[in-house]
Amino acid sequence: MRDVSDKDIDALYGIFKKDAESGGYYLNPDTGFAKELVRGLIANEERYGYQSCPCRLASGIKEEDLDIICPCDYRDEDIGEYGACYCALYVSGEIAEGKKSAGSIPERRPAAEQRKKMKTEKETGRIENGGKLSLPLPVWRCKVCGYLCARTEPPEICPVCKVKKDRFERFL
Amino acid sequence: MGYEKFIKQVSGKKKSDLMLFTLTTCGWCQKTKKLLKELGVEYKYVDVDLLEDKDKQEAQKIMTRWNPRCSFPTLVINNTRAITGFQEDQLKELADNA
Ligand code: SF4
Repeated sequence: MRDVSDKDIDALYGIFKKDAESGGYYLNPDTGFAKELVRGLIANEERYGYQSCPCRLASGIKEEDLDIICPCDYRDEDIGEYGACYCALYVSGEIAEGKKSAGSIPERRPAAEQRKKMKTEKETGRIENGGKLSLPLPVWRCKVCGYLCARTEPPEICPVCKVKKDRFERFL
Repeated sequence: MGYEKFIKQVSGKKKSDLMLFTLTTCGWCQKTKKLLKELGVEYKYVDVDLLEDKDKQEAQKIMTRWNPRCSFPTLVINNTRAITGFQEDQLKELADNA
């Protein structure tokens, strides 16, 4: 792993913070802790070619890891339920203001077996449903923030949470 | 067993047999290591993200036995039970009683 200098991490942390806040999210107010997670994301980018979640073990196969590329598919639900994402890089407003502190929370990502099963069910479900719906356009859903749009293809970048096109699923 | 070659020892008071599975990039894993060190208990650990594929799989298989979700950190105690995540109170209790 290449050692990223503290200066680079500080700069990156600044970018993460700005991006988060512009989208209505907050980073952990414990900046030392948050910066270590940013360092972890950079390390994973170098290892795997994408910023896989620092607190989860990536498979190294992008398709299998899409749900845990930061921000992961579980972030918003975890912030809603526990006030922080699994790694506690992103937190609720209450925690950001220091009224509460972030803790280690249970893993929401289903185990590997379960993920495989869900994927197959989704695919077969889609086929069964196909034909029944007659919408003028397909509806796409951002799996990270829930943004919906009706157009031939999902957008390149989610206008709400800024994740890439490959994080969208066909919703209708 | 391949991954066992990469297990590291941290010395301290010998309480229970503590085997910790971690990722070098994970904040809660770092906090767990730090607290165990501060508590001065002896423990072993392995950074699973640094292992080669085969060893990685082997380590995950062992972890799954105690923690089916295979999440990090996982601390296996006396080969009988596990603490998952960073659980400050439970770790302190371990150092006191175990
Ligand atoms: S949002 Fe949090 S839990 Fe999800 S990948 Fe990013 S750091 Fe990890």
